[in-house]
Amino acid sequence: MLDTAKETYQTAGEPFLDEPKMRVRNADVFYADKQAIFDVNIDIGKNEVISMIGPSGCGKSTFLRCLNRMNDTIDICRVTGELFLEDQDIYDRSIDVVELRARVGMVFQKPNPFPKSIYENVAYGARIHGLTDTKVELDELIEKSLHRCGLWNEVKDRLEEPATGLSGGQQQRLCIARAIAVNPEVILMDEPCSALDPIATATVEELIHELSENFTICIVTHSMQQAARVSSRTAYFHLGKLIEVNDTSKVFTNPEHQLTEEYITGRIG
Amino acid sequence: MNEDVMVGGHISRQYDEELDEIRSRVLQMGGLVETQMDKTLDALREDESDHIVDVEKLDRKVNKMEMLIDEECTQILAKRQPAAGDLRLIIATSKSVRDLERIGDEAERVAHMVRNAMDNQISKKAFKGLLSLGEQTKELLHKTLNVYARMETRKAVKLMRKDQEIDDEYSRVVLRLIEYMKKDPDNISDALDVMWAARSLERIGDHCINILENVIYLVEGEDVRHTGIKEIKRQLSNSD
Ligand SMILES: Nc1ncnc2c1ncn2[C@@H]1O[C@H](COP(=O)(O)OP(=O)(O)OP(=O)(O)O)[C@@H](O)[C@H]1O
Ligand SMILES: [Mg+2]
Repeated sequence: MLDTAKETYQTAGEPFLDEPKMRVRNADVFYADKQAIFDVNIDIGKNEVISMIGPSGCGKSTFLRCLNRMNDTIDICRVTGELFLEDQDIYDRSIDVVELRARVGMVFQKPNPFPKSIYENVAYGARIHGLTDTKVELDELIEKSLHRCGLWNEVKDRLEEPATGLSGGQQQRLCIARAIAVNPEVILMDEPCSALDPIATATVEELIHELSENFTICIVTHSMQQAARVSSRTAYFHLGKLIEVNDTSKVFTNPEHQLTEEYITGRIG
Repeated sequence: MNEDVMVGGHISRQYDEELDEIRSRVLQMGGLVETQMDKTLDALREDESDHIVDVEKLDRKVNKMEMLIDEECTQILAKRQPAAGDLRLIIATSKSVRDLERIGDEAERVAHMVRNAMDNQISKKAFKGLLSLGEQTKELLHKTLNVYARMETRKAVKLMRKDQEIDDEYSRVVLRLIEYMKKDPDNISDALDVMWAARSLERIGDHCINILENVIYLVEGEDVRHTGIKEIKRQLSNSD
């Protein structure tokens, strides 16, 4: 614990919700002695798509990684504050991190299929978590997951082929299929479309929209238009602080904070 | 300039220039419409039909300006995907130029009535009664354009009250015309012409109010259409 007085920060807009899926209070993140996130307070709603936007280096990925303790994999990274998934303190000592990451899945910027078959890629999580007992059940789960990602018809005849042979957009949808196969509650996506062309991007965005019926989705994006299209709430980060959280429609037509306005209208902050 | 409105300062200087250009074109167009209004009133005051030719010429220019500004707004929407204040500027502008164009049309209509009146020797008394309504409307238009140029929402709210004064004056004109018609059924046709012109002037007032509402939306992000003035004031005082 720091013995210096903790810096507090008041976020503009409506960062809090009734009965949130995830609740973050006074979150600070440090890389060694350099602070990257300052007193972030926010709720993430059940089955909402919330986008995180902000200039490069403002801490979006760092914040996202707090939500399933991906930051644990970085030695010098230290997270303090309260982070809850429903009523569970996700930084509690008793938490099984593998279990947590099954509940809070993640999709990365670059599609990163394992160098295995399409089938094995989707089966991976289900095997680790022992979700299915029989091969038939596993087959069903894989078909269902690929279906949900709109990939089934494209790959059903080549399930045993290496996933790396798929196009970028297909690979990203495969990674999403892999993430949802373990039936997570929350899916974190860090710039999931930045390596995709506009058509593949549109397909993934459509998928995000469909998935939001069953999952809570937090998406980091550099595309303002993407945030506007896919999310119902938008959070704006600036230099490690959460400046504003509001309904996406408000953020893009009439943001509350000057810094948000400057960023989304393409002005130098 | 209201501090709430950011113009300029974009990373893309070209974008700044595009937005600047749109704003200055709207003011230019406003100037043309104002001249149309002036000339119409001159014609009315001086019984001089030369002014009316000018009003028609100006109308063609105004129409062209509307199309040009609309096209520029469309280009910005397509290329820049404006957000927040920039988006509101584009939306408010595109709506306001439509109102300006309509004001031009209404002014032209009044000008035609004046010419008609001169040609047909309509009783001067009947249509000179329009002057005061015309002056009030012209003043509202002038102030509205100033509010747009300086983006002053407080003044906008104040000016919106003028609409009532114009409506009252309009009612007085109508009452006088009715009296005039009652006196002699032969007056009816003339009186109706004047009545239509009065209606046009009153409409110009309404279009000014629309523009004022657009300015408030642009600056404050509040849609104040169909909202009473008291409520508007309350909303605006909450927002600062
Ligand atoms: N592994 C790390 N070690 C040390 N510092 C890091 C590490 N990862 C991020 N940082 C620092 O933390 C800050 C926030 O970085 P982060 O990657 O979260 O930003 P971001 O908003 O995701 O940026 P981008 O949009 O470029 O992805 C930056 O100053 C960055 O240099
Ligand atoms: Mg990042």
